[in-house]
Amino acid sequence: MAKYRCPGCGYVYDEALGAPREGWPAGTVLNAIDPEWTCPDCAVREAQDFVPVEEGAR
Amino acid sequence: MSTATIPSPTANLAWRDGKRYLWLLGALIPCLPLLGWGLVSATGWSVFWFSGPLFLFVVVPLADFIVPSDPNNPPEEMVPSLEADRYYRWLTYAYLPLQIGVFIWGAWMLSRGSLSVVDKIGIASSLGVVGGVAINTAHELGHKKEEHERWYARVALAQTWYGHFFIEHNRGHHVRVATPEDPASSRLGESLWAFLPRSVLGSLRSAWHLERERMARCEKRTFSPANDVLNAWSMSLVLWVGVTVAFGPGILPYLVLQAVLGFWLLEVVNYLEHYGMLRQRTASGRYERVEPRHSWNSNNIGTNVLLYHLQRHSDHHANPTRRYQALRDFETAPVLPTGYAGMIVLATVPPLWRRVMDRRVLAHYNGDVTLANIAPGKRAKLMRRHGAVEHAAA
Repeated sequence: MAKYRCPGCGYVYDEALGAPREGWPAGTVLNAIDPEWTCPDCAVREAQDFVPVEEGAR
Repeated sequence: MSTATIPSPTANLAWRDGKRYLWLLGALIPCLPLLGWGLVSATGWSVFWFSGPLFLFVVVPLADFIVPSDPNNPPEEMVPSLEADRYYRWLTYAYLPLQIGVFIWGAWMLSRGSLSVVDKIGIASSLGVVGGVAINTAHELGHKKEEHERWYARVALAQTWYGHFFIEHNRGHHVRVATPEDPASSRLGESLWAFLPRSVLGSLRSAWHLERERMARCEKRTFSPANDVLNAWSMSLVLWVGVTVAFGPGILPYLVLQAVLGFWLLEVVNYLEHYGMLRQRTASGRYERVEPRHSWNSNNIGTNVLLYHLQRHSDHHANPTRRYQALRDFETAPVLPTGYAGMIVLATVPPLWRRVMDRRVLAHYNGDVTLANIAPGKRAKLMRRHGAVEHAAA
C-alpha cells in the first residue's frame, strides 16, 4: 500500500485508507481508480497527476 | 515564469495585513436590511427598503471608482501564519448567524399588513442581496479542507436553495473552467441573458450527475441522505417551511423573489469571472492546466473586502483551498476595468458589456480571436470581424 500526493494542494491519497466518502474503500490502489477522478480537495489535479509520497517524508 | 506574482516591497516578517480590519466590513452586508429599516424609520423615505441593491449597485461601484486599488500581496513566507490566523475564518463564520437572523426578521416584516407591496419588494430585494453575497461566503467555506466549514457552506446556501452550488462549483466548474464544456464559464459574444439559463440549469444538472456518480461508487441509492445535493436542499426546506408556518403563506412570493435575486447575483458574477477565456488542448488531448491568465481579476478594494478577495480569482482557481486573506494578485492575469459590483451593472446591458469587454478579451489574446472561448452562434460573425481564419484543429 502506497501514498500519493496531489501536486496542487497537498491532499494525500493513502491506499490503505482509501477515500470512502468518494467511493474508494480502504485498500483501493491508485491504479484501480478512474484516472480522471479529481482531487477531492482542490479539483485542480486528477488521480493520474498524483505523485508518490516517499516513506518517512511527509 | 507565467505564475510570477507582483513582488511585495515589504517582503519580510514585518509585513502587516493592511486589510486586516477592513475584512470586518463583510459582516455589513447581512445587516443591510436592518439598516434600511432604521433609515426608513428615521427619514420616512420608503426607498430605503431597497438598501441592499442601493448599497451593492450604487455605493460599492462608486467606492471602487474613488478608492485606489490595492495590489498588495502577502510575502510567501507569511502565508502559513496568515492562513492559520483564526481571526479571518471567524469573520466568515459570523456571516451565518447574521444572515439567518435577518432572514427570519425579514420574513416577519413581509407578513405585516402595514407595508405596501412595493415596500415588501424592497425588503425582498435586500434579503436577496444578503442571500446572494452569502453564496460567496459559502464559496469561501465550501472550498476548505475542514469538514465543518463545508457544512457551514450548506447553511449559507439554504436561503437561496443553491445548496447544489458547492458541489457543482468545486467538482464541476473548477475542473472544466474556461472550456466550452463548463456551463458556468461565459463565452465571447454570449450575453448575460443567454448565459443565465445555460449556467443555472447546466450547473444544476452537473451537480446532480456528480452526486449520482458518487453515490453509485459508494453503493448507495441516488436518493440517499448522504447525497450532498439532497442534504443541502433539506436545509432550505426546513428554513422555508419554518418561516412559512410561523408567518403565513403570504410571504412565499417574496421568498421566491429574494431567492431568485440571490442566485441571479451569483450567476452574474459567474458570467464576468471567465468571459471569453479558453484553456487550450495539450498534445495529449487534455486541457492545459488552469493558469492565472484564465480568470478575470480586480484589485478594487471595496468589492474585494466585501467579497473576501473573490476578485483575486486567478489565484483562487490555481489554488482553490488557499484562504481568502492569502490570495495574491498576478501580473499575467487579465484585469477587469472596475470591481465586480460595477461590472454586474454593466453586464445587464449586453451592448455596453460587449463594447467594454470584447476588445479586452482580444487584447488578452494579442488579437487572435481563435484563442478565445467563443459562443457557437456568434463564431462566424466574430471570426469575420476580427479577421481570423479557422484553424484546422479548432
